[in-house]
Amino acid sequence: MAGHASNELSTESPWGGKVSPFSTSYGKLMMWFFLVSDALTFGGLLIAYGFTRHSAQDAWPIGEETFNSMPFLGHGYPLLYVALMTFILIVSSVTMVLAVEAGHRMDKKGVIKWLALTIVGGFFFVGSQAWEWSHFIHGSEFGKVELADGSQAIVKGHFGEIKSFKVETAGAHHKKGEVIKEDLLHAYQHAMSAGQIKHDGKSALLTLHDGSIVSVQKEADEHLELVIKTNGDKYKIGNKIEGKEALNIYGEAVYSGEKNRVIYGANLEQNEYGPQQYGQFFFFITGFHGFHVFSGVIINIIILMGVIKGTYHKRGHYEMVEKTGLYWHFVDLVWVFVFTFFYLV
Amino acid sequence: MSAVAHETNGNHGHDDHAHHEEGFVSKYIFSQDHKMIGKQFLMTAIFMGVVAMLLSVLFRIQLAWPGESSDFLSFFLGEQWAPGGVLKEDMYLGLVTIHGTIMVFFLLTGGLSGTFSNMLIPLQLGARDMASGFLNMLSYWFFLISSVIMLCSMFVETGPAMAGWTIYPPLSALPQAVSGSGTGMTLWLVSMTIFIASSLIGSLNYIVTVLNLRAKGMSMTRMPLTIWTFFVTAILGVLSFPVLLSAALLLMMDRLAGTSFYLSDIIVGGEMLTNSGGSPILYQHLFWFLGHPEVYIVLLPALGLSSEIISTNSRKPIFGYRAMIGSILAIGFLSFIVWGHHMFITGMNPFLGSVFVFTTLLIAIPSAVKVFNYLTTLWRGSLHLTPAMMFAIGLVSTFITGGVTGIILADSALDIAVHDTYFVVAHFHVVMGMSAVFGMFAGVYHWFPKMYGRMMNLRLGYAHFWITIVGAYGVFFPMHFVGIAGAPRRYYDNSVYNEFDTIAGDMIFDLNVIITIFAIIAALGQIIFLFNFFYSIYRGPKAPQNPWRSNTLEWTTPVEHIHGNWPGELPTVHRWPYDYSKPGSDVDFIPQNVPLAEGEHDH
Repeated sequence: MAGHASNELSTESPWGGKVSPFSTSYGKLMMWFFLVSDALTFGGLLIAYGFTRHSAQDAWPIGEETFNSMPFLGHGYPLLYVALMTFILIVSSVTMVLAVEAGHRMDKKGVIKWLALTIVGGFFFVGSQAWEWSHFIHGSEFGKVELADGSQAIVKGHFGEIKSFKVETAGAHHKKGEVIKEDLLHAYQHAMSAGQIKHDGKSALLTLHDGSIVSVQKEADEHLELVIKTNGDKYKIGNKIEGKEALNIYGEAVYSGEKNRVIYGANLEQNEYGPQQYGQFFFFITGFHGFHVFSGVIINIIILMGVIKGTYHKRGHYEMVEKTGLYWHFVDLVWVFVFTFFYLV
Repeated sequence: MSAVAHETNGNHGHDDHAHHEEGFVSKYIFSQDHKMIGKQFLMTAIFMGVVAMLLSVLFRIQLAWPGESSDFLSFFLGEQWAPGGVLKEDMYLGLVTIHGTIMVFFLLTGGLSGTFSNMLIPLQLGARDMASGFLNMLSYWFFLISSVIMLCSMFVETGPAMAGWTIYPPLSALPQAVSGSGTGMTLWLVSMTIFIASSLIGSLNYIVTVLNLRAKGMSMTRMPLTIWTFFVTAILGVLSFPVLLSAALLLMMDRLAGTSFYLSDIIVGGEMLTNSGGSPILYQHLFWFLGHPEVYIVLLPALGLSSEIISTNSRKPIFGYRAMIGSILAIGFLSFIVWGHHMFITGMNPFLGSVFVFTTLLIAIPSAVKVFNYLTTLWRGSLHLTPAMMFAIGLVSTFITGGVTGIILADSALDIAVHDTYFVVAHFHVVMGMSAVFGMFAGVYHWFPKMYGRMMNLRLGYAHFWITIVGAYGVFFPMHFVGIAGAPRRYYDNSVYNEFDTIAGDMIFDLNVIITIFAIIAALGQIIFLFNFFYSIYRGPKAPQNPWRSNTLEWTTPVEHIHGNWPGELPTVHRWPYDYSKPGSDVDFIPQNVPLAEGEHDH
């Protein structure tokens, strides 16, 4: 263009100015650098997780102990559900690739199809995470037990089914002799953690909200195994107690009448699985990642609307799909790391 | 508001950019023009800087005359925070915290990078504007919002954040520990989160503009060193600020949601808290992973500005251009592997400490390369001692002075003795505070004609320089001795030292009075600058197009700012920016857009 375009300009080199050295638009470059930055945010969080886990040593739970249930099927399927949701998230990355590829061919219908499928995959993942959270919050049937020597143990085994409650002493709502058949596990666990439960030698007696005292009709727990997670005077981390001894000290702990001897599920302050920080990091990091997935889904929906309206077709290229695609792949990649840290190692 | 902005006015004829006749709002407030955004950053930063300086004078009065009544304190702080004119202990911590926060983040990160990266990147690269004008505007508005929130935090009932600018938990996490860890701390965290967003958006823009929008012929090794430093600074920001974000988010959870990421086994006021298993050291690791690169985010732009100014005003090419680029990159890389030197006394394994000592001492190499290159550029140059040049040389001076004490602090064996004393305070104020502020002043004096089309007054500039450098050295030179005498930083009152060591105690006292007097002088000296700056915007003599006879592209644009920077087509670059006094050439300087003459070689 300039009249004196002289030969000392190294026009061969892409770094000589005037052109983008990576032949990439500024928008895509910005997205790349943003992802680098976001990766460091997650890096900071995961390193904080590793730091805390390292100092907690053996008290930290193992993924397959905590996450072993499937919707509709119950317990006993370690890591199966999270494997499914990870698989679906990765498939949604594949559909995103196909959407971008369709965009390169200016195939509007193809972009719509594959982008819509990506959004479906995203929703499935976010929904699964909600299910996973809910399960994490409610916890197992046994909970974590603080034993008489001050140690804490998680309980494995078969939880005997609760058949019914029979009212022994009337309260505000229930009459003597009434048989209660609803909301049994919830009321049972509530009474356990509040220390409102005793054993008279024949059956467990628990006090309900309304002040009535009921006897619990329950099948016996079987194959109890206590795994110590916090050191006490007698038992140390990693000890396993089985058989008769397990039944005895378990009973001793849960029927002590003291509050907070049994903890069910998780909240931001305590959880049944391990140290406080285990639950806290789980909520924060998977929550932070879930927030990323959710915003990714929203962005994908906005872009999909643009595709349907034909905005990008008129523009002559589907680069917006490519940019949101970069973000989507990144979010999937981060999940692989979050998954590894929380579930696998 | 933007309806006016889109009326096209066809009178201005540049080829690929229709010029808009802009309304007041879109020109001065929601501007997307990089030059205006740069000036917005500068104005905001000057305001924040004045506030932070005033805060430092307030707490210096307490340190020099502890417990004495002062009308000055009661005027600014009132009965609540200075009953009877005596500063309250809590507010002392609040003043120190907000002073540090504003100076580090709002003046020297947002202000310095924000102003000069915005102003100079497109102009010196030969671009019409930043890659994304909209994101650029967003970056400024996030910066402004976070500034306003930070200022507001000083006016809440329980006071501003009081845990120091590093906001270490558990002090910062527990409102029952100090009153400022209530609402004030929450506002601090909100403000910093928005600031991080602003910094991220700004940095992304700087990086892609440097990569993608260089003019024809502007290869990476023909870029002025200013651009190199802005580029590396932006990369450091993109890599380090997100980690501060993670640290701040976890702290926010500890404060608001009852988690214990940083808290363990704490007793406050006789009450045992339930938090257990967290680690305050974790916070320090995360914080300093940002915190150390942050030092170079502050310093590098100042070094870049002074490189350009020193070369121009010595009428000599910068000595060791490629060595300068190499040392900028080396400093940038090393800044990420030295953070442990802030944590030598946290119970760190001494072996790990010695690794951090080693990496920290390595930084002395590129830093010394830079210093020697400045000195050799000055050596036998024909110096034009403009105020900008004086400040740039001042920067070289403080960079050396502060660097020397840096070597002492980098060494864990020596650091343990002076850790957390005024020696550290003196060190970092000299090496990053004074240096960066001098770089910023140099930049303002040098590029003022480009920003406002007028010249600043020289004599006022010299007066400002001498008062500032004498005042600043007067503050920070004696402060080293206060530190060596053993006075810890952040203490409200040092009179306790008089009880067990009278000689050291007296020295601390006397020096504190001297320091405060110099601080007040230096603060008053800035009034000269403020007057000169604002007066010259309106009444300064009109600037010529290239007042410093400089080579870089920004001086080929018209004095009057236009949208798109160059009327007509963009310049083509034929040479590096440092062809001053080129041997074999008849002219004193050859701008970058001048083609090589017959038989002339590129540098």
